[in-house]
Amino acid sequence: MVESGRYRNLLAYFVLTVGIVIVAFPVYLAILASTFDSATIINGNMPLLPGNQAVENYHRTIFIGSARSTREPVGTMMLNSFIMAMGIAIGKILISVLSAFAVVYFSFPFRKTAFWIIFITLMLPVEVRIYPTYKIVADLGLLDTYTGLVLPLIASATGTLLFRQFFMTIPDELLEASKIDGAGPFRFFKDTLIPLSITTIAALFVIQFIYGWNQYLWPLLITTKDSMQTIVIGIKKMITTQDALTEWQIAMTTAVLAMVPPVLVVVFMQRLFVKGLVETEK
Amino acid sequence: MAGVTLDTVRKIYAGNVEAVKGVSLGIEDGSFCVLVGPSGCGKSTLLRMIAGLETISGGTVKIGDRVVNEIEPSDRDIAMVFQNYALYPHMSVYDNMAYGLKNRGTPKDEIEKRVKEAARILAIEPFLTRKPRALSGGQRQRVAMGRAIVRKPQVFLFDEPLSNLDAKLRVQMRVEIKRLQRALGVTSIYVTHDQVEAMTLSDKLVVMSGGQIEQVGTPSEVYRRPETRFVATFIGSPPMNILPGKVEGPGRVSVGGQILTVTDMREGLSPGTAIEVGLRPEDVQAGGSSSSTLVMDVDFVEELGATQLFHGKVAGAEFIVQASTGQIAAGTRKLTLSVDPANVHLFDPQTTKRLGRV
Repeated sequence: MVESGRYRNLLAYFVLTVGIVIVAFPVYLAILASTFDSATIINGNMPLLPGNQAVENYHRTIFIGSARSTREPVGTMMLNSFIMAMGIAIGKILISVLSAFAVVYFSFPFRKTAFWIIFITLMLPVEVRIYPTYKIVADLGLLDTYTGLVLPLIASATGTLLFRQFFMTIPDELLEASKIDGAGPFRFFKDTLIPLSITTIAALFVIQFIYGWNQYLWPLLITTKDSMQTIVIGIKKMITTQDALTEWQIAMTTAVLAMVPPVLVVVFMQRLFVKGLVETEK
Repeated sequence: MAGVTLDTVRKIYAGNVEAVKGVSLGIEDGSFCVLVGPSGCGKSTLLRMIAGLETISGGTVKIGDRVVNEIEPSDRDIAMVFQNYALYPHMSVYDNMAYGLKNRGTPKDEIEKRVKEAARILAIEPFLTRKPRALSGGQRQRVAMGRAIVRKPQVFLFDEPLSNLDAKLRVQMRVEIKRLQRALGVTSIYVTHDQVEAMTLSDKLVVMSGGQIEQVGTPSEVYRRPETRFVATFIGSPPMNILPGKVEGPGRVSVGGQILTVTDMREGLSPGTAIEVGLRPEDVQAGGSSSSTLVMDVDFVEELGATQLFHGKVAGAEFIVQASTGQIAAGTRKLTLSVDPANVHLFDPQTTKRLGRV
């Protein structure tokens, strides 16, 4: 700790304030813009206090959308994004917790090989394998479906590694005590491993929900119907319009709406997250 | 209730490492058997084979009349207490104790009855709703024992259960384990490297070394008549002194030219044969009135309060004498020690086996 003096404190607060303003001002600007009409934003002299168009803007964005560029209400887009993000987060957790369980607790032929193959996929994110993945999804007839949006993004080496590392810190005696207590592999998994992994699961959920929510390239490729587009795609479409004026108030409202679910997830899961970090004892 | 019978039990790990080399042992129903030995002697492996946590490479393990080699740990009717307690951290004390019964499909009211009873016996009733992390080491150990008791098993297995406790608590828990075992009358097998625990707890003491049994007997048999030099030096604190000597004739050996008479000596040993002479630090007396004496050069003295340990050399070999404080004058540099012929132990330097009367 640096010794505290009045002058030093002031300096510290000044630096902090500057930092926060730099980070927060664009966000504030977006929120601000979502409360004005199009003309006020476009003439370049937007006031720094909120306007009176908020209700109108949010109502129109959520229920009607931008008529010319996205042709769908943002409410639908949010639902699509939510389904995709939840699907990816939950799917990843399920797959990785099960595969880590197999790799750590079962001895089967080629266990090491299986682990290394999972490990290698770390080097192959969606962007790298995009063509074969697209081809498979298209051949399976999964274009413009939720399954198509979610499935290819579920396989996760990160999650498997995370759970593997965690499982390896659980003392063997706990498994042995379970064996003596008459718990088979599934019971041990359900009654001991999962409850102990709750905090790890929460952490992974937060990360993967945001990862899923922010997906751009994959939904852009495989969704063609307006009714299947996600909110990130929606924002992009609203901003780059070719033959019409950008409806900035709608775009900004959409941007603000797009921020809400990830923020909520972080806020609510963080409590579990921190609680777990403080209480962890094995 | 049931006894445990081991017949030439072996454990061979990958890479042909033999951790347990054909151990045969009968443990009577209701007795308290302690396996003691230095780390790596195979005692824990043996216990884990009885529990079913390690596969058995050879021989048979019987609990009661049933061979359990291929039976799952949960079906062997045993309960185990682990060194680090192995309590489920996310479950309350009550659930920790009830878990095994739940998995067996025991009726709820029966579970409650048994857990309450175990909690009463172990004085952990106030903690039933707590999580293990809110308990002290001693309390956790009690919960671990409670988890074993509620199962009403045929055999209790203890794997160094007191090693994680501080010295004072260890003594207290040791007494409690003994009392509990007496009260319940359940066959118990207890693994430890602590010879004091081994001596105080056991009805039957099994000393192991290098994957084999060195000696089986009651604690006093093992202490009074150690069968090998290893047992002689492992059991007893401070350890038995071992001096190089020679056979002089029937019932007579010499150490550095000093003659000792011996009660327990193999017949037919030819004079001049090299032999090892074992003397416990507490079995030799200062003062030279006896016919059989040794002279010791004192190096330094350790104070233990009630007793003192004199460290020095006899005939060039390290030697320790334990005496009541004040019995030997401070500053003594040379001690004459009288030796009771009944307290001399003789060992073969080659085989390290006892050369006592057959």
